[in-house]
Amino acid sequence: MSATEKGQVMTANRLRDGEVVFLTRSGVWSEKIDEAVLALEPQAAAALEARAAEDVKGNLVTGQYLFDAERVGGNIRATHIRERIRTLGPTVRFDLGKQAEGTAGTFAAVEG
Amino acid sequence: MYRYDEFDHQFVRERTAQFRDQAARRLKGELTEDEFRPLRLMNGLYLQLHAYMLRVAIPYGTLSSRQMRQLGLIADKWDRGYGHFTTRQNIQYNWFKLEDTADILQALADVEMHAIQTSGNCIRNVTTDHWAGAAADELLDPRPVGELIRQWSSLHPEFSFLPRKFKIAVTGAPNDRAAVKVHDIGLRLHRNAAGVPGWEVMVGGGQGRTPMIAVTVREHLPEKELIAYLEAIMRVYNLYGRRDNKYKARVKILVHEIGAEKFRSEVEAEYARHPAQTTEVEERELARIAKYFADPAFERLSRFVPVFEAEKRSNAEFARWVKNNTAAHKREGYAIVNISLKAAGEIPGDCTSEQMRVMADLAESHSFAELRVSHAQNIVLPHVRLGDLFAIWQKLTEHGLAAANYGLAGDIIACPGLDYCALATARSIPVAQAISRKFADLDRQQDIGNIKINISGCINACGHHHVGHIGILGLDKKGEEYYQITLGGSSSEHASIGTILGPGFAGHEVPDAIDTILNTYVRLRAPREEFLATYRRIGAQPFKEALYATA
Repeated sequence: MSATEKGQVMTANRLRDGEVVFLTRSGVWSEKIDEAVLALEPQAAAALEARAAEDVKGNLVTGQYLFDAERVGGNIRATHIRERIRTLGPTVRFDLGKQAEGTAGTFAAVEG
Repeated sequence: MYRYDEFDHQFVRERTAQFRDQAARRLKGELTEDEFRPLRLMNGLYLQLHAYMLRVAIPYGTLSSRQMRQLGLIADKWDRGYGHFTTRQNIQYNWFKLEDTADILQALADVEMHAIQTSGNCIRNVTTDHWAGAAADELLDPRPVGELIRQWSSLHPEFSFLPRKFKIAVTGAPNDRAAVKVHDIGLRLHRNAAGVPGWEVMVGGGQGRTPMIAVTVREHLPEKELIAYLEAIMRVYNLYGRRDNKYKARVKILVHEIGAEKFRSEVEAEYARHPAQTTEVEERELARIAKYFADPAFERLSRFVPVFEAEKRSNAEFARWVKNNTAAHKREGYAIVNISLKAAGEIPGDCTSEQMRVMADLAESHSFAELRVSHAQNIVLPHVRLGDLFAIWQKLTEHGLAAANYGLAGDIIACPGLDYCALATARSIPVAQAISRKFADLDRQQDIGNIKINISGCINACGHHHVGHIGILGLDKKGEEYYQITLGGSSSEHASIGTILGPGFAGHEVPDAIDTILNTYVRLRAPREEFLATYRRIGAQPFKEALYATA
């Protein structure tokens, strides 16, 4: 049984198309939450904030913020339903959004 | 229908070019997000949960077939093949890219449309009765006044930076279908004792976190004075409206804080400063506009159409749809067709591009190429010959548009909620779908009768929950969605704000709770008494007892 790690993920919307993206360990933005870096310490979260602020200034992304998440068995799951919906797409249209494009998180949002 | 003149065309073209330049500068990094945000919002472009969302204005809910087709084309070319008709008679697209938006605005401008005044602290797109110009009970078509207000308010320099957004609704009928008493300003045309038509001016209604019913500031204003009088109201609001707290900035708060009497006297004092002769421009313009809204070339028809009567007799489903989804037209031999976008289990207000084209074609062949969007998120074909109804119904049936639940339990208003909206605290759509599936049986819906179930996914109340006969408000309690139920709201001429029944419910419990409420109504109603009348007669207690009774 794998341990659950709790931390924070940095997210934003990509400027040119609004796509929901997550900051990865290598400092690039990914459409997939499972590629995000999970900041386990406040220091790590601050580093993500600094990195994101730079990319906001560089006009790559907009509307950045940290949200609570946990890693279970290599997959990352947002704590709050709002962020789970952002990592998947609308819960009422499985044919739309990340869940339809192969970039979804591993966890289902909520029962419909 | 109103047609753009050269000035309108130029205005919208220039605006689109301006936005193209602004978006390009944003993408190049010459504008920061803080600089760009107010500019994009002035053009209806929001950033939502999944992507950019564009809210397109449909002034007073009126669309031509050509415009509806273009909305479908835009959905296919730049979105995901559908759009969402909103409770403000507008349409929203949920999956736009910033880099495409200028082209989309150009495609809208090509059919005399835009997305101005769908956001920001300005006078928003004017809304009205979706049966305007067609309803049997109407005194006069309110849309010329709606268009006059649109022209007056569009980018009005004095009213572009109000304390908060400002919504005006107009109706020309005694039965209020435009919810005018829950708008910042509501206008109702009526005749005085001498039989002269004039406008009742109501101010300070609204929903959101502080729902209020508007108060009347003028009983009977001559039409030619309308714009001058609105200007006086706007000036009083602009001067005294609070700017320190956005939750207290709407005009309803001002009217409530200083009192209706004081507000009225401030408006009258401001109005008295307005020189009377300056209404001439408005009078001339209104006369020009009114010509565009002249009746289409109605035929002289019989009230009794044998073939239509025979079709109803031979097809019970068609007869049911006619009974529930058509309404009395002002001309004999015609009907108003209400197309429900609420088939059982479907998403309220969502419409595919194909459905848009089907409705555009039907309007072209059977309704003088005109359609309406209702604030209840349905589509209206305003002028249909009785003899054409069967063919229309058949076509609608083929495309999933013939749900015979107009005005019934399945005809639910729902905002996009947490499935799309960045402000939402809970989902609205799946709750609406679950209720609609639970009440899918049309016999039962007809037995329950006229009922408005309205769902909002946050306190901002885009889903009109305060004025639902049954209102449902989705909230977040420690990270979990839960839903408050209110009873007794109404947006009619006898408007009222619903009251909270008791503790909230988890999403999956809501359909059963609604079931219990409606069963209680059926048990306690007087013969032919509608839900709202029963509630007003017996109060909340029997419903509370039924809902919260513990074993």
